[in-house]
Order: sequence, then C-alpha cells, then structure tokens
Amino acid sequence: MPTIAFEHIYKDYGSLRVLADLNLSVDDGEFLVLLGPSGCGKTTLLNMLAGLQDVTAGTIRIGEEDITELDPKDRGLAMVFQSYALYPTKSVRGNLKFGLAAQKLDRAEIDRRVQWAAELLQITPLMDRKPAHLSGGQRQRVAIGRALVKNVDVFLFDEPLSNLDAKLRTEMRLEIKTLHEQTKSTIVYVTHDQIEAMTMATRIAVMDGGVIQQFGTPDEVYETPANLFVAGFIGAPAMNILDATITSSGPQASATLSDGTKIDLSHYEFTANPNEGQAVKVGLRPEHFDTSGKGGVVSLTLPVASRERTGSDATIFLKFGDDLIAVRAEPAEARDVMVGDNFAVSFPAGKLNLFDAQTGQRM
Amino acid sequence: MSTMTDNFVPRRKKRITGRSIAILAFLAMCAAFFCIPLYVVIVTSFKTMDQIRLGEIFSLPVTWTLEPWREAWSEACSGIKCEGVSAGFFASLKILFPSLILSLSVSSVTGYALALWNVRWAGTFMFILFMCAFVPFQIIMIPMIILTGKIGVYGTIWGVAVVHAVLALPILTLIFRNFYKDIPGEIMQAAIMDSGSFWRIYREIILPMSANIFIVVLILQITSIWNDFLIGITFGGLNNKPMTVILANTVISATGESSYNVDMAAALLTAIPPLLIYFVLGKFFVQGITAGAIKG
Repeated sequence: MPTIAFEHIYKDYGSLRVLADLNLSVDDGEFLVLLGPSGCGKTTLLNMLAGLQDVTAGTIRIGEEDITELDPKDRGLAMVFQSYALYPTKSVRGNLKFGLAAQKLDRAEIDRRVQWAAELLQITPLMDRKPAHLSGGQRQRVAIGRALVKNVDVFLFDEPLSNLDAKLRTEMRLEIKTLHEQTKSTIVYVTHDQIEAMTMATRIAVMDGGVIQQFGTPDEVYETPANLFVAGFIGAPAMNILDATITSSGPQASATLSDGTKIDLSHYEFTANPNEGQAVKVGLRPEHFDTSGKGGVVSLTLPVASRERTGSDATIFLKFGDDLIAVRAEPAEARDVMVGDNFAVSFPAGKLNLFDAQTGQRM
Repeated sequence: MSTMTDNFVPRRKKRITGRSIAILAFLAMCAAFFCIPLYVVIVTSFKTMDQIRLGEIFSLPVTWTLEPWREAWSEACSGIKCEGVSAGFFASLKILFPSLILSLSVSSVTGYALALWNVRWAGTFMFILFMCAFVPFQIIMIPMIILTGKIGVYGTIWGVAVVHAVLALPILTLIFRNFYKDIPGEIMQAAIMDSGSFWRIYREIILPMSANIFIVVLILQITSIWNDFLIGITFGGLNNKPMTVILANTVISATGESSYNVDMAAALLTAIPPLLIYFVLGKFFVQGITAGAIKG
C-alpha cells in the first residue's frame, strides 16, 4: 500500500525560491494536514503532488513509484478543490461520471460507482441537477463524490471547507473524518484553519516560509511545539509568550521574567542545556493557568485589562508591562472580575514551554 | 398620515437645458445621416420607373409596387445572365456555411489551447497573431491565390472558406482566448486530473460553456462573410459568385436606362440576411460581449 514521500523538493517561481530541500513522508492510511498561513507553500506542495505544478528539483514517490514526471491523470489521485470546480454545464451525475473519464471502465461499473458514491454522500435526489442549482454544502458533497468514484488510495483536499458557513463547516468536517475512517485511504489536506487541522488530522505538518516547522500528531504539535512559530500559530487564544532570562542552570534551573518574577524550571525537561544569562521565551497556554493562584512554578498577581466571553469559555486579559496575558477562565468566574482589579494566577509545572530567544527553537 | 403630507416636498423635475437640446440635436443629425439614404433606398425600391424619372427622390411612391423586388430577385441581368440576385443568394449560402464551420472551429480550438494549456512560446505566438490582424488583405492576396491553387482549392467554395478562415483567425482567436482565460483555473485543473485529454476536455467541458461567445463570433463572421466582395470574386471562381458580386454586376452592367428601383430592391435583398441575424441573435450578442467571468 502506498506511502507518499517528498524527497529533497525544490520549487522556484522564476528567481523566487519558495521551497528548498523539503522532505516529508506520509504513511498509508494517514490523514495528513498541511497547515500554515497564506503563502507558506502548502498549496504549492499539494499541486506538485497532484501534478498540476512542475517540481524544480527533487522526487515525489507514491509507494515505490516515482511519479514526479507523470501526468496528473496517471498518478492515481483524486482532488477536491477549494471552489469545488464542478463543471457548470454538466449535471451532478455528469460531473461524477467525468471523474472517471481517464479510467477505461464499462458502463455498468461506471453506474455502480456513481450510485455508490451518491448513496454514501446522500446526494441521490440531486443527481440530475446542475451545480448552479445546488447549495454550497451540496456542491461540496458532489465535489467529494467526484473524487470518491475514482476509487483511488490517495485523496487531496485543497482548503475544501473555506467557502462554507461556520455551521456547515463543522458538519462537513465530521463527514470527511468519517469518510476517512470508512475508506481507509490516505488523505493530504491543505488548510489554514487550525481547528480543521486539530480535529481531522492524524498528523500535521505546520509550514511557514516554505519550511516544515513541525511534523507530528495534533497532540505533539499542540503540547510540545517545536519552535516559536508553531507555538504562536496553534491555539486560540494564542499562547502567551514572555521574555525571560536563565538565572541558574543545572538541576535547580530557574529563570526570571522581565518584571523579576522567578520561574522554577527544576521540573522542566530540557532538550538543550541552558546557559546562565541566556535570553529565553517562556510560552504559557491560556487554559493551563490556575485561577486559584496557588502552587505552580510561576505565580503572578496582575491588574485585569479586559475580559471577553466566547460561548463556553471566557478569557481574562491581564496587564503585564506593555503586554497582555490571556488566561482562560470559567464564564461565572470571569463575570465577577472587574477591570483594574488585581487577579492572581499560577502556572503548573510540566505545562510550560521554553524557547531559545535567538533561534526560536524549543529548549 | 398628516406628518407625512406635511413633510412632502416634491423634488423639482429635471428641466430641459440648452445643453441637453444641443446633445439631442447632434444625435438627431447623426441619426438622419444614416436614415435619410436608407429612406431613399427603401421608397425608391417601391416606386415605378415613371415616378423615378420625375426626379423627386424624397417623395413617397404614388403607386406602391412590388414589381422591382420580384425583378431584382429573379430577372435582373448580371452580365449576360438574367437570373436576378437569387442565384447569388444561394451561392452566398453555400459559401457561408463551410466558411463559418472552418473559421469558428479553428479559431476556438486555437483560443482554447492558448488560454488554458501550457503552450510553449504562447506569448510570442499571440503577439504575432495580433500583428497579423493588421495586415491588409490586398497585400497577401496574390500569394494566397498561388497557395490555394497549390493545394487545389482555388476557384471552389472551399477556397473561399479557407481564405475566410485564415483572415479571421487572428481576431477570432483573440476573442476566444480572452473568453476562455476567464474560465476558473480550478475547473481546468479538475478536468486535467479527471481526464487529461485535450479534445475530450474541449468537447465535454469547454465547448458547452462557450455558447455566448460562439454567438458573438457567429454574428461577426456571418456579417463579414456575407458582406465580403473581394474574397468571393477572387477565390470563388465563375460558378460561386456570392450575392455581393451579383449585386455589383447588376447595378453596374445595365444597358440603356438604369432601373434604379430594381437596383435598390436588389441592394436591400442583399442586406437583409445579416440584418435578420442581428434581430434574431442580437439579445445574445449583448449578453455574450458583457459576459465576463463564468460563475462556476
């Protein structure tokens, strides 16, 4: 069964190099999400896998086969596009059938597959409609159906949910995930939406500036971000990142925040040994704060700058010098907090992230 | 209610100003410039020669007669043949269809290839094609005669069709290319992944989306082929003289008295087909040239 491998991939647009020596390998049956801000090269990578863009240098393999120079139709892939890209003059049935245009199948097999996909996606009543007479969610289903009928092992999705409204997006997210579990196929999914990535992926490749910043499971990427970019990009509200200096190293390591608050690092699992006086960045996720203000490795008592409620959660923003620290709180708790009040929080050991201020890498 | 009527202050009606009168007068003159000759042609075609000899070209017919029309259609002499312009009408139709099919199919496929496929040197090719649109036909007429002679179509319907197709290729290709450029890239990418076949994508996806632009080009081409004189007389040979050629001979070659009423009727008969096309397809023509992006 196929694994997908990108080996030493380079991509130039004229004199602009967008990807340099990129390596990535996806196991069979994985749901890989390429996540990153606009212009990070994730769609370029997907298009190169699909064969829609040329590779400047490097090799792409599916299984053992080198597919770098193959025609898109011969790669055994199916793709779902952001704009759905349905053929406007064809009916839903015609759209699904054209998905099989490159495969030489007899009529009975074509009908069987079209019917199977239609039933799986519950679009059977829409089969004779034109795309213009479908809603956004229905178009999305047809686009997925056109990919499904091909009966391939690898599916590519290019931001397929970004044109849907919030409610439909949640529904389709679940459907795509269920589909992945049913078909056991390999999926490569491009998005800039971290919630899609966190909920659907078995593994996430976080990209920025044409470089894969971190490649891991959603838990790994969230709990132990490899660098400052990943730490800041994943999570909403974003991780609080504070400047600090290492004051002592060794088993009783500690650091000091810019306001003099001491941080106990004796429980922190260093991946690189710190030096005394080294500038570091401390990353604290808003939801890990203990609002009782007791225990932990850092204790802070700070004035409240503002608070906001986001449905099931609430966030309290504390003034820390010129910065704000976001703290997740229970809505009931946040309601009683007044702007300007002092609010005490502490941060537990083991949840803290530490980065080298110079390189941005995890320590 | 009372508050509403209290606040009811009608806006002043727009008044006719000196400027708008000037504009209207100018537009009326422009309209008259086209309408007066047309009026003369139409009324003359319904007059008897007796009334025409009096010289009052603006007067209405005293006795309305359809005789000049009948004569123009079936009896007027063009050279030594006296068959009216009807012979030319059918010859024009015979020229029209092959020319249309050839020019539309070649230019739409060329436009499709240039717009939606990666063609090497596409930019250069477009530039040269664009330059060709400005080359006057008279310059390449003699070489074209030799060329069509060499490939054996000179003096036939297909000779005329080939020349029409070649001469229309630059401008029609540009029109088609600009239309196809607006087809969303993802539709083309999806089609390339689904089928990958140049012709199948053209036939099943692109052609059905092109109805509007085909109507625009159809009208342009029908008009230009029907109204053509030089290509028809040069490349058609003796047996394929289009209506315009017959008309010219009819008007020029009358011996003795000129039958102005017959000439006018023949001219109108020749001009009617493209007009009809405009009336029938005019609505689509406007839709076609304003249809920018195709919504998926």
